[in-house]
Amino acid sequence: MAVLTYRDALTQALREELQRDDRVFLMGEEVAQYNGAYKVSKGLLDEFGPMRIVDTPITELGFAGVGVGAAMVGLRPIVEFMTWNFALLALDEVVNAAAKMLYMSGGQYKMPMVFRGPNGAALQLAAQHSQAWESWLAHIPGLKVCTPGTPADAKGLLKSAIRDDNPVVFLEGEMLYNTKGEVPEDDYLTPIGVAELKREGDHCSVITHGKMVLVAMRVADDLAKQGINIDVVDLRTVRPIDVEAISRSVQKTNRAVVLEEGWEICGMGSQVVDFIQRECFDDLDAPVLRVHQEDVPMPYAKNLERAAKPDAGKTIAAIKKVMYLD
Amino acid sequence: MATKVVMEALSPTMEEGRLVKWNKNEGDEVKSGDVLAEVETDKAVMELVARGDGVLRKRLANEGDASPVGTLIAVIAGADENIDSIVGSAGAPAATSNAPAQPAQAQQAQQAQQAQPQQGSQAAPPNKTVADTGEQPGKSPVPQTPAQSQGEASTPPQQKAAPARAPSPPPPASRPAPPRPPSGPPAQRGNGASKAAAGRQRSSPLARRLATEKGVQLGSVQGTGPGGRIVKRDIENARAGAVATGRSAAADRLAAEGDYKDVPLTQIRKTIARRLSESNGPIPTFFLTAEFDATRAAELRTQLAEMGDQYKASFNDIVIKAVALALAEHPEVNAHWLGDAIRHFNRIHVAMAVAVEDGLITPVLFDADRMTLWEISEKARDLAKRARDRKLQPDEYTGSTFSVSNLGMFGIDQFTAIINPPEAGILAIGGVEEKPVFADGQLELRQRMRVTMSCDHRVIDGATGAKFLQTVRQYIENPLSLII
Repeated sequence: MAVLTYRDALTQALREELQRDDRVFLMGEEVAQYNGAYKVSKGLLDEFGPMRIVDTPITELGFAGVGVGAAMVGLRPIVEFMTWNFALLALDEVVNAAAKMLYMSGGQYKMPMVFRGPNGAALQLAAQHSQAWESWLAHIPGLKVCTPGTPADAKGLLKSAIRDDNPVVFLEGEMLYNTKGEVPEDDYLTPIGVAELKREGDHCSVITHGKMVLVAMRVADDLAKQGINIDVVDLRTVRPIDVEAISRSVQKTNRAVVLEEGWEICGMGSQVVDFIQRECFDDLDAPVLRVHQEDVPMPYAKNLERAAKPDAGKTIAAIKKVMYLD
Repeated sequence: MATKVVMEALSPTMEEGRLVKWNKNEGDEVKSGDVLAEVETDKAVMELVARGDGVLRKRLANEGDASPVGTLIAVIAGADENIDSIVGSAGAPAATSNAPAQPAQAQQAQQAQQAQPQQGSQAAPPNKTVADTGEQPGKSPVPQTPAQSQGEASTPPQQKAAPARAPSPPPPASRPAPPRPPSGPPAQRGNGASKAAAGRQRSSPLARRLATEKGVQLGSVQGTGPGGRIVKRDIENARAGAVATGRSAAADRLAAEGDYKDVPLTQIRKTIARRLSESNGPIPTFFLTAEFDATRAAELRTQLAEMGDQYKASFNDIVIKAVALALAEHPEVNAHWLGDAIRHFNRIHVAMAVAVEDGLITPVLFDADRMTLWEISEKARDLAKRARDRKLQPDEYTGSTFSVSNLGMFGIDQFTAIINPPEAGILAIGGVEEKPVFADGQLELRQRMRVTMSCDHRVIDGATGAKFLQTVRQYIENPLSLII
C-alpha cells in the first residue's frame, strides 16, 4: 500500500471522482487558481479546467446556494468551505435547503452534493476559527456527516460521499492534512455509517472520530506499555452512527470513554453515551466518561489553548477512572 | 414552620411505642435527621429522628410513656414561633402530613409497603397487595442485600438504617405500594432520599448481572469501586464460598421467572381450601412427623469442630441448610397463600425462630440456599445475638418464605409449630438423641432427630409435604451434600 498524506488522499479521491463522472465539479474560495487554501485541489484546475474547478467570491451563503441549485438540476457539486467556521454563514443552504430538499419536494429533487472543508481547531487561530461543528450538523435529519481521521478513510469516505445522492457534510482537519497513512491502491469506497475498530483491547473502549482518532491511537500505544489494552472505535461517520460497533466494543470491555474535539454540552459524546446506556446497560461496570474541549471559547494563548483542548493526558485519566485504577 | 413530632410506626406491626429516652432537651437546636429519642417498638429499640429543622420547643411524652402511633409527642419550631395551637391539639392523634394518619392504616400501609403480612389473623391485607401484581413473575419485597449491615454490630444498627427505614407517610391505601419506601412529601423526601442513598449498596449494572449469573449474593461482596460500589472485579474475586453450589434449582428459576411465580388456584385447590378451612380454620393445618438419622450429621459436626472454630456448625445450621436446599427442589412448599393464588418463591428466605426474653422473633436468612453452611452459621449466630439484644432491623425479620423452629436445645424431642402466615409451612425440630434402632438386622445406637412439619393444607397436600421431608432427610442423613 502506498503511504500518502491525508491531503493527497483527498486530492486522489477528488481526481478519481472527477474523472469517473463528468457531473462532478468542485467550487469554493481559492480552489482553482490557488490550488486550494490547503492545497487539497492541487493540479485539478490544470486537469479539469475552469468549468469544473470553480473559484467563487467570498460569499459562503451564495455559492452554497449555487451548489444546491446545481444539485437540483442533476449535477454533483462539491462545495469547499475554506473552513467550517466560515460555513456558519452558509448554514441556511446546508440545513434549510440541502437537507430538506428531497423531503419537501416529495422525492422529486435528489441532493447529490458534498460540503467539505477543515473542521475544528488548528493552532492559535483563536475562538472564532477553532470550532468543531459536527454535533450541530449531525443534529439535522437529511444530512450525512463524515469525519475521517486517517488518509485511507478520508479517500474512501470522500468517494462514497460524492457518489451519494444525499447531501453529505465532510469534515476534514487542518492538523490532519499533513498526517500520513497507508492508503489502498485500488478503487475502493469506505461505506458511510460503518465504524472501524482501529485498535483492539479488552480493558476499555475509547469511542472517537475525526482528529481525535490520532489522539486515541497515541493513548492506546502509551497505555499498552502499562499493560492496559483499549479498543479504539473510530466512528468515521457521526451521522449515521454505527451503534452496533459501539455496542460490540462496550459489551466486550464493559467500560467506555468517549473522546471528541468539540464542547461537552450536546456534543457527539452525549449521543454516544445515550446509545451506550440504552444498548449496554447491563454490560457497564462504570459510568461512561467523556473527554472534550473545555466549556470555553478557544483561547488564543498557547498554554491556555493547550489546556482547553482534549488530549492524550485527559483521555488516559478518564480511562483509568472508568477502570477504577486511579 | 413548626414540625409536629409524632410517634412513628417504626416496625411493620407497631401500634404503639414506648419512649425509652429523650436524646434532645427542650430548647435544643435540632436538624432534620437528628435522633430525637429512642423508642421501643414491639420488636426492637429504634431511633426516632427529626423531620424538620428548628428548636425542640416542647416534649409532650415522658420517658417510659407508651404512645399510640400517630400521637403528637413533641413540637419542633422556630425559637419564637407560637406553638400553642399545636400543643393544644396534643392528645388527639395528629394527622399531619408527616405523620401516619392512624395506627391501623399506618400498619396496613407498612404491610403493603413491605408486602409482608404479619401474623394477623387474616390473609386479607396481603391479598390486596398481591392482587395488583396478578400472576406475573414478581419481585419479592426482600431487600437485595440482606447481609449489608452484617458485621457492623459495633455501631448501633439504627444509626445507619433507621433514617432510611423510618416510615414515610402511607401512600393512599388503594394504590399498590412500591416495595421499597420513600415517596413522602417533598419536604421530607429530600432528607429521606439522601439518607436512603447513603445506606444503599451501590453496584454497577454489570456487577449485578454477573452476580445473578454466578449466584453471588451482592450483600456478601465488599465493593471496591468509588463509594463502595460493587464492580465486576469484586464479583470475580468473590470467594468461592459465596458462589452457589451448582445444585440450587431455585437460582435457575430465579433467572427465568424472577423472585416468585403466582399460580392461580385450580378448582380442586379452591375446594380444598374452602372445605378444609371450614373444618379447621382459618389455616387448615396438618402435621407430618419424621425421624431422621442424625448420626452422620453429628459426626460431621465433630469433624468440623476439630478443623477449627471457623468451621463449627450447629445442628440448627445443618437443618437450615438442608431445609433451604430441599425448598429449592420443592418450590410448592416454599410458598405463600395469597387467598386467590399461591405464590411460589424462587428465592429462599428461611426464618428461624429465636426466643427472646419476653417473646419470640423470627430473623430471616435470605437466600439461604445459596449460603454455605458456614455463612449460615455465622449469620444465624449474629441474627440470634442481635435478636436477643433487640437490635434487629425490621427488614431482618420480615420477608421469609418458610420457617424453622428448633427447641432441641431445651430437651424437647418433638413438637408442633404454628404456621406464620402467609407462609405455607414451618418445620419444628426436636433434639438429637441417642436411641437404639434396628439397622441391617442389628440393634445399633444411633443419633436420631424428630422433625414435625406443619403444613397449610390449602397450599401443601400430604404427599407434597412428605416428599419435601424425604428430601430434607436425604440431606441430613448425607450431610456431606451440605458442604460440597
